[in-house]
Amino acid sequence: MTTLLPGRARLRASAFALLFSLAVPASLPAPAFAHDYKAGDLQIDHPWSRATPGGAKVAGGFMTIRNNGRDSDRLVGGTFDASGIVEIHEMKMDGGVMKMRALEIGLEIKPGQSVELKPGGYHVMFIDLKRSLKEGESVKGELVFEKAGRIAVEYKIENRGAKSGSDDHGAHKGHGAPKS
Amino acid sequence: MNTLKLVRLVAWSSIAILTAAMLYLLLAPKPDSGSGVAGIGGPFRLAAADGSTVDSEQLKGRPFALFFGFTHCPDVCPTSMLEITNDLNALGDLTKAFRVYFVTVDPARDTAALLKEYTGSFDPRIVGLVPKDEQELAAMARSYRAIYRKVETPSGYTMDHTATIYLMDAKGEFFGSLDSKETPEVRQSKLKRLIAKG
Repeated sequence: MTTLLPGRARLRASAFALLFSLAVPASLPAPAFAHDYKAGDLQIDHPWSRATPGGAKVAGGFMTIRNNGRDSDRLVGGTFDASGIVEIHEMKMDGGVMKMRALEIGLEIKPGQSVELKPGGYHVMFIDLKRSLKEGESVKGELVFEKAGRIAVEYKIENRGAKSGSDDHGAHKGHGAPKS
Repeated sequence: MNTLKLVRLVAWSSIAILTAAMLYLLLAPKPDSGSGVAGIGGPFRLAAADGSTVDSEQLKGRPFALFFGFTHCPDVCPTSMLEITNDLNALGDLTKAFRVYFVTVDPARDTAALLKEYTGSFDPRIVGLVPKDEQELAAMARSYRAIYRKVETPSGYTMDHTATIYLMDAKGEFFGSLDSKETPEVRQSKLKRLIAKG
Protein backbone atom coordinates (compact mmCIF):
# COMPACT_ATOMS: atom_id res chain seq x y z
CA MET A 1 0.00 0.00 0.00
CA THR A 2 2.74 2.45 0.98
CA THR A 3 4.63 1.74 -2.23
CA LEU A 4 1.59 2.92 -4.09
CA LEU A 5 1.42 6.23 -2.32
CA PRO A 6 4.10 8.19 -4.13
CA GLY A 7 2.53 7.25 -7.43
CA ARG A 8 -0.90 8.17 -6.13
CA ALA A 9 0.38 11.39 -4.68
CA ARG A 10 1.98 12.23 -7.99
CA LEU A 11 -1.24 11.44 -9.75
CA ARG A 12 -3.10 13.58 -7.31
CA ALA A 13 -0.60 16.40 -7.75
CA SER A 14 -0.92 16.28 -11.50
CA ALA A 15 -4.69 16.15 -11.18
CA PHE A 16 -4.53 19.25 -9.05
CA ALA A 17 -2.19 20.91 -11.53
CA LEU A 18 -4.60 20.07 -14.32
CA LEU A 19 -7.54 21.40 -12.35
CA PHE A 20 -5.58 24.49 -11.45
CA SER A 21 -4.59 25.15 -15.02
CA LEU A 22 -8.22 24.82 -16.01
CA ALA A 23 -9.50 26.86 -13.12
CA VAL A 24 -7.11 29.77 -13.46
CA PRO A 25 -8.05 30.77 -17.00
CA ALA A 26 -11.69 30.31 -16.04
CA SER A 27 -11.31 32.65 -13.12
CA LEU A 28 -9.27 35.23 -15.01
CA PRO A 29 -12.26 37.16 -16.29
CA ALA A 30 -13.50 37.45 -12.70
CA PRO A 31 -11.98 40.89 -12.08
CA ALA A 32 -14.01 42.16 -15.00
CA PHE A 33 -17.11 41.13 -13.07
CA ALA A 34 -15.66 42.29 -9.77
CA HIS A 35 -18.76 42.74 -7.86
CA ASP A 36 -18.32 44.69 -4.73
CA TYR A 37 -19.50 48.07 -3.61
CA LYS A 38 -18.30 50.63 -1.13
CA ALA A 39 -20.13 53.25 0.81
CA GLY A 40 -18.21 55.03 3.51
CA ASP A 41 -16.75 52.34 5.72
CA LEU A 42 -18.98 49.59 4.40
CA GLN A 43 -18.01 47.12 1.77
CA ILE A 44 -20.62 44.95 0.10
CA ASP A 45 -19.44 41.80 -1.63
CA HIS A 46 -21.30 40.03 -4.38
CA PRO A 47 -24.99 40.65 -3.95
CA TRP A 48 -26.86 37.74 -5.52
CA SER A 49 -30.19 36.02 -5.67
CA ARG A 50 -31.63 32.91 -7.26
CA ALA A 51 -33.72 32.20 -10.30
CA THR A 52 -37.31 31.88 -9.08
CA PRO A 53 -39.78 29.04 -9.65
CA GLY A 54 -42.89 29.77 -11.72
CA GLY A 55 -45.43 31.87 -9.87
CA ALA A 56 -43.08 32.73 -7.02
CA LYS A 57 -43.75 36.15 -5.54
CA VAL A 58 -40.72 36.33 -3.27
CA ALA A 59 -36.97 35.81 -3.43
CA GLY A 60 -34.03 36.24 -1.10
CA GLY A 61 -31.07 38.55 -1.68
CA PHE A 62 -27.68 37.54 -0.32
CA MET A 63 -24.24 39.17 0.09
CA THR A 64 -21.47 39.82 2.57
CA ILE A 65 -21.32 43.18 4.29
CA ARG A 66 -18.10 44.24 5.95
CA ASN A 67 -17.79 47.20 8.26
CA ASN A 68 -14.25 48.63 8.12
CA GLY A 69 -15.13 51.65 10.21
CA ARG A 70 -15.29 52.44 13.90
CA ASP A 71 -19.00 52.82 14.24
CA SER A 72 -21.74 50.30 14.06
CA ASP A 73 -24.16 50.61 11.16
CA ARG A 74 -27.43 48.96 10.35
CA LEU A 75 -28.95 47.61 7.14
CA VAL A 76 -32.50 48.85 7.39
CA GLY A 77 -33.99 48.33 3.96
CA GLY A 78 -33.56 48.71 0.25
CA THR A 79 -35.13 48.60 -3.15
CA PHE A 80 -35.13 45.97 -5.87
CA ASP A 81 -36.10 46.71 -9.45
CA ALA A 82 -38.08 43.50 -9.82
CA SER A 83 -40.10 43.75 -6.63
CA GLY A 84 -42.40 46.19 -4.93
CA ILE A 85 -41.25 45.68 -1.36
CA VAL A 86 -37.93 44.93 0.31
CA GLU A 87 -37.53 43.83 3.91
CA ILE A 88 -34.65 42.49 5.98
CA HIS A 89 -35.40 39.01 7.27
CA GLU A 90 -33.81 36.24 9.22
CA MET A 91 -34.55 32.58 8.58
CA LYS A 92 -33.86 29.79 11.05
CA MET A 93 -34.46 26.08 11.21
CA ASP A 94 -35.77 25.18 14.62
CA GLY A 95 -36.33 21.47 15.19
CA GLY A 96 -37.32 20.86 11.58
CA VAL A 97 -39.50 23.97 11.49
CA MET A 98 -38.59 26.81 9.15
CA LYS A 99 -39.03 30.13 10.91
CA MET A 100 -38.73 33.49 9.30
CA ARG A 101 -38.80 36.87 10.99
CA ALA A 102 -38.61 40.41 9.72
CA LEU A 103 -35.80 42.29 11.45
CA GLU A 104 -37.83 45.34 12.32
CA ILE A 105 -34.85 47.39 13.43
CA GLY A 106 -32.63 46.10 10.66
CA LEU A 107 -29.44 44.11 10.71
CA GLU A 108 -26.55 45.49 12.72
CA ILE A 109 -23.07 45.46 11.18
CA LYS A 110 -20.63 46.05 14.01
CA PRO A 111 -17.23 47.70 13.45
CA GLY A 112 -14.68 45.22 12.18
CA GLN A 113 -17.40 42.69 11.54
CA SER A 114 -18.36 40.86 8.37
CA VAL A 115 -21.97 39.73 8.21
CA GLU A 116 -22.98 37.17 5.67
CA LEU A 117 -26.47 37.19 4.25
CA LYS A 118 -26.99 33.69 2.92
CA PRO A 119 -29.59 30.99 2.30
CA GLY A 120 -30.83 29.66 5.61
CA GLY A 121 -29.90 32.84 7.48
CA TYR A 122 -30.14 36.61 7.12
CA HIS A 123 -31.42 37.79 3.78
CA VAL A 124 -32.89 40.74 1.99
CA MET A 125 -36.44 39.66 1.25
CA PHE A 126 -37.84 40.70 -2.11
CA ILE A 127 -41.62 40.75 -1.79
CA ASP A 128 -44.24 41.16 -4.52
CA LEU A 129 -41.99 40.16 -7.37
CA LYS A 130 -43.24 41.77 -10.56
CA ARG A 131 -41.60 39.13 -12.71
CA SER A 132 -39.58 35.95 -12.37
CA LEU A 133 -35.82 36.15 -11.91
CA LYS A 134 -33.76 34.38 -14.56
CA GLU A 135 -30.39 32.79 -14.09
CA GLY A 136 -27.60 34.87 -15.55
CA GLU A 137 -29.30 38.25 -15.42
CA SER A 138 -28.46 41.16 -13.14
CA VAL A 139 -31.08 43.14 -11.31
CA LYS A 140 -30.48 46.61 -9.92
CA GLY A 141 -31.39 47.62 -6.46
CA GLU A 142 -30.34 49.73 -3.52
CA LEU A 143 -29.36 48.97 0.03
CA VAL A 144 -30.26 51.44 2.71
CA PHE A 145 -28.06 51.77 5.78
CA GLU A 146 -28.78 53.88 8.82
CA LYS A 147 -25.49 55.77 8.57
CA ALA A 148 -23.92 54.94 5.22
CA GLY A 149 -27.17 55.82 3.46
CA ARG A 150 -28.25 54.46 0.12
CA ILE A 151 -25.96 52.30 -1.97
CA ALA A 152 -26.79 51.23 -5.52
CA VAL A 153 -25.96 47.57 -6.14
CA GLU A 154 -26.63 44.94 -8.75
CA TYR A 155 -27.79 41.47 -7.80
CA LYS A 156 -26.46 38.62 -9.92
CA ILE A 157 -29.13 35.98 -10.42
CA GLU A 158 -27.69 32.51 -9.90
CA ASN A 159 -29.25 29.12 -10.58
CA ARG A 160 -32.13 27.93 -8.45
CA GLY A 161 -30.05 25.58 -6.36
CA ALA A 162 -27.13 27.93 -5.70
CA LYS A 163 -25.98 27.74 -2.09
CA SER A 164 -23.64 30.66 -2.44
CA GLY A 165 -23.03 33.43 -4.90
CA SER A 166 -20.51 31.78 -7.16
CA ASP A 167 -18.81 28.67 -5.90
CA ASP A 168 -21.07 25.72 -6.55
CA HIS A 169 -22.67 26.11 -9.93
CA GLY A 170 -21.51 22.65 -10.90
CA ALA A 171 -23.03 20.90 -7.92
CA HIS A 172 -26.61 21.76 -8.70
CA LYS A 173 -26.72 22.10 -12.42
CA GLY A 174 -27.21 19.45 -14.99
CA HIS A 175 -29.53 17.21 -13.03
CA GLY A 176 -32.18 17.85 -15.57
CA ALA A 177 -34.20 20.23 -13.43
CA PRO A 178 -36.32 22.26 -15.79
CA LYS A 179 -35.58 25.94 -15.69
CA SER A 180 -38.48 28.24 -15.16
CA MET B 1 -60.74 -8.72 59.72
CA ASN B 2 -63.56 -7.85 57.38
CA THR B 3 -62.55 -4.23 57.36
CA LEU B 4 -58.97 -5.16 56.54
CA LYS B 5 -60.18 -7.35 53.67
CA LEU B 6 -62.30 -4.54 52.38
CA VAL B 7 -59.40 -2.08 52.55
CA ARG B 8 -57.20 -4.58 50.71
CA LEU B 9 -59.84 -5.16 48.09
CA VAL B 10 -60.31 -1.44 47.54
CA ALA B 11 -56.54 -0.86 47.39
CA TRP B 12 -55.95 -3.66 44.88
CA SER B 13 -58.91 -2.61 42.77
CA SER B 14 -57.62 0.97 42.64
CA ILE B 15 -54.22 -0.26 41.57
CA ALA B 16 -55.79 -2.43 38.89
CA ILE B 17 -57.92 0.44 37.61
CA LEU B 18 -54.99 2.87 37.62
CA THR B 19 -52.77 0.37 35.80
CA ALA B 20 -55.44 -0.25 33.20
CA ALA B 21 -55.94 3.48 32.72
CA MET B 22 -52.20 4.07 32.32
CA LEU B 23 -51.85 1.21 29.89
CA TYR B 24 -54.75 2.57 27.89
CA LEU B 25 -53.19 6.06 27.78
CA LEU B 26 -49.85 4.62 26.74
CA LEU B 27 -51.02 2.10 24.20
CA ALA B 28 -54.36 3.21 22.80
CA PRO B 29 -54.13 4.74 19.33
CA LYS B 30 -54.71 8.46 19.30
CA PRO B 31 -57.85 9.28 17.35
CA ASP B 32 -56.08 11.59 14.89
CA SER B 33 -53.05 9.46 14.19
CA GLY B 34 -52.38 6.93 11.51
CA SER B 35 -51.15 3.50 12.33
CA GLY B 36 -47.62 4.24 11.10
CA VAL B 37 -44.40 4.67 13.02
CA ALA B 38 -44.74 7.31 15.71
CA GLY B 39 -48.27 7.95 14.47
CA ILE B 40 -47.14 10.17 11.62
CA GLY B 41 -49.54 10.44 8.73
CA GLY B 42 -53.06 9.25 8.23
CA PRO B 43 -55.94 9.27 5.81
CA PHE B 44 -56.59 12.45 3.85
CA ARG B 45 -58.61 13.65 0.94
CA LEU B 46 -57.52 16.96 -0.53
CA ALA B 47 -58.06 18.95 -3.71
CA ALA B 48 -55.07 18.81 -6.03
CA ALA B 49 -53.88 21.89 -7.89
CA ASP B 50 -54.77 20.27 -11.23
CA GLY B 51 -58.44 20.05 -10.27
CA SER B 52 -58.43 16.39 -9.27
CA THR B 53 -58.80 15.02 -5.75
CA VAL B 54 -56.08 13.06 -4.00
CA ASP B 55 -57.42 10.45 -1.61
CA SER B 56 -54.96 8.55 0.53
CA GLU B 57 -57.14 5.45 0.10
CA GLN B 58 -56.33 5.48 -3.59
CA LEU B 59 -52.65 5.86 -2.84
CA LYS B 60 -52.56 2.48 -1.12
CA GLY B 61 -49.98 0.33 -2.84
CA ARG B 62 -47.95 3.33 -3.92
CA PRO B 63 -45.35 4.94 -1.70
CA PHE B 64 -45.19 8.72 -1.87
CA ALA B 65 -43.50 11.79 -0.40
CA LEU B 66 -45.22 14.74 1.23
CA PHE B 67 -44.11 18.26 2.10
CA PHE B 68 -45.78 21.22 3.79
CA GLY B 69 -44.83 24.55 2.23
CA PHE B 70 -46.06 27.67 0.51
CA THR B 71 -45.09 29.61 -2.59
CA HIS B 72 -44.20 32.82 -0.70
CA CYS B 73 -41.22 30.94 0.69
CA PRO B 74 -37.87 32.30 -0.41
CA ASP B 75 -35.57 29.49 0.50
CA VAL B 76 -36.47 26.18 2.06
CA CYS B 77 -39.43 25.32 -0.22
CA PRO B 78 -37.76 25.95 -3.59
CA THR B 79 -34.55 24.34 -2.34
CA SER B 80 -36.38 21.22 -1.09
CA MET B 81 -38.37 20.91 -4.29
CA LEU B 82 -35.28 21.34 -6.42
CA GLU B 83 -33.41 18.73 -4.40
CA ILE B 84 -36.14 16.15 -4.63
CA THR B 85 -36.51 16.86 -8.35
CA ASN B 86 -32.82 16.14 -8.74
CA ASP B 87 -33.15 12.98 -6.63
CA LEU B 88 -36.11 11.70 -8.66
CA ASN B 89 -34.26 12.38 -11.89
CA ALA B 90 -31.13 10.69 -10.62
CA LEU B 91 -33.12 7.52 -9.89
CA GLY B 92 -34.48 7.44 -13.42
CA ASP B 93 -37.31 5.06 -14.36
CA LEU B 94 -37.66 3.86 -10.80
CA THR B 95 -39.43 7.08 -9.86
CA LYS B 96 -41.65 7.39 -12.93
CA ALA B 97 -44.85 6.78 -11.01
CA PHE B 98 -43.64 8.30 -7.74
CA ARG B 99 -45.45 11.40 -6.48
CA VAL B 100 -44.41 14.17 -4.16
CA TYR B 101 -47.35 16.02 -2.58
CA PHE B 102 -46.81 19.69 -1.77
CA VAL B 103 -49.47 20.68 0.77
CA THR B 104 -49.76 24.44 0.96
CA VAL B 105 -49.94 25.89 4.47
CA ASP B 106 -51.04 29.18 2.90
CA PRO B 107 -54.24 28.33 1.01
CA ALA B 108 -55.33 31.98 1.28
CA ARG B 109 -52.67 33.00 -1.24
CA ASP B 110 -51.79 29.71 -2.89
CA THR B 111 -54.61 29.17 -5.33
CA ALA B 112 -54.70 25.94 -7.29
CA ALA B 113 -53.54 27.75 -10.44
CA LEU B 114 -50.58 29.39 -8.70
CA LEU B 115 -49.52 26.19 -6.97
CA LYS B 116 -49.74 24.27 -10.24
CA GLU B 117 -47.49 26.78 -11.97
CA TYR B 118 -45.07 26.67 -9.04
CA THR B 119 -44.70 22.90 -8.67
CA GLY B 120 -44.81 22.48 -12.45
CA SER B 121 -41.69 24.57 -12.79
CA PHE B 122 -39.86 21.88 -10.80
CA ASP B 123 -41.25 18.53 -11.88
CA PRO B 124 -44.59 17.11 -13.03
CA ARG B 125 -44.31 14.44 -10.31
CA ILE B 126 -44.72 17.16 -7.68
CA VAL B 127 -48.44 17.67 -7.08
CA GLY B 128 -49.80 20.66 -5.19
CA LEU B 129 -52.54 19.98 -2.65
CA VAL B 130 -54.79 22.82 -1.50
CA PRO B 131 -56.76 22.36 1.74
CA LYS B 132 -60.14 24.02 1.27
CA ASP B 133 -60.15 25.74 4.63
CA GLU B 134 -58.35 26.18 7.92
CA GLN B 135 -59.97 23.04 9.41
CA GLU B 136 -58.83 20.83 6.58
CA LEU B 137 -55.30 22.22 6.78
CA ALA B 138 -55.19 21.90 10.57
CA ALA B 139 -56.35 18.26 10.42
CA MET B 140 -53.78 17.42 7.77
CA ALA B 141 -50.95 19.08 9.72
CA ARG B 142 -52.04 17.39 12.96
CA SER B 143 -52.05 14.03 11.30
CA TYR B 144 -48.48 14.52 10.09
CA ARG B 145 -47.37 16.15 13.34
CA ALA B 146 -46.49 19.21 11.27
CA ILE B 147 -46.46 22.75 12.55
CA TYR B 148 -47.46 25.87 10.68
CA ARG B 149 -48.00 29.37 11.96
CA LYS B 150 -48.80 32.69 10.40
CA VAL B 151 -46.27 35.39 11.29
CA GLU B 152 -46.87 39.06 10.63
CA THR B 153 -44.22 41.04 8.74
CA PRO B 154 -44.20 44.80 8.05
CA SER B 155 -45.77 44.31 4.62
CA GLY B 156 -47.97 41.28 5.25
CA TYR B 157 -47.22 37.85 6.60
CA THR B 158 -45.08 34.80 6.20
CA MET B 159 -45.51 31.22 7.39
CA ASP B 160 -43.43 29.19 9.81
CA HIS B 161 -43.74 25.57 8.84
CA THR B 162 -42.29 22.10 9.29
CA ALA B 163 -39.87 21.63 6.41
CA THR B 164 -39.50 17.87 6.51
CA ILE B 165 -40.07 15.76 3.42
CA TYR B 166 -42.13 12.83 4.71
CA LEU B 167 -41.65 9.47 3.04
CA MET B 168 -44.77 7.30 3.26
CA ASP B 169 -44.87 3.65 2.33
CA ALA B 170 -47.41 1.75 0.26
CA LYS B 171 -49.66 1.28 3.29
CA GLY B 172 -49.62 5.02 3.92
CA GLU B 173 -47.41 4.56 6.95
CA PHE B 174 -44.43 6.71 7.85
CA PHE B 175 -41.20 5.30 6.40
CA GLY B 176 -38.72 8.09 7.07
CA SER B 177 -37.87 11.61 6.02
CA LEU B 178 -35.53 13.50 3.74
CA ASP B 179 -33.43 16.37 4.96
CA SER B 180 -31.61 19.10 3.04
CA LYS B 181 -28.55 18.47 5.16
CA GLU B 182 -28.23 14.93 3.81
CA THR B 183 -26.17 14.22 0.74
CA PRO B 184 -28.01 13.39 -2.49
CA GLU B 185 -26.64 9.83 -2.14
CA VAL B 186 -28.25 9.37 1.27
CA ARG B 187 -31.56 10.84 0.12
CA GLN B 188 -31.58 8.76 -3.02
CA SER B 189 -30.82 5.54 -1.18
CA LYS B 190 -33.76 6.24 1.15
CA LEU B 191 -36.03 6.83 -1.83
CA LYS B 192 -34.76 3.65 -3.44
CA ARG B 193 -35.44 1.63 -0.28
CA LEU B 194 -38.90 3.16 0.04
CA ILE B 195 -39.81 2.31 -3.54
CA ALA B 196 -38.31 -1.19 -3.21
CA LYS B 197 -40.28 -1.80 -0.01
CA GLY B 198 -43.43 -0.54 -1.63
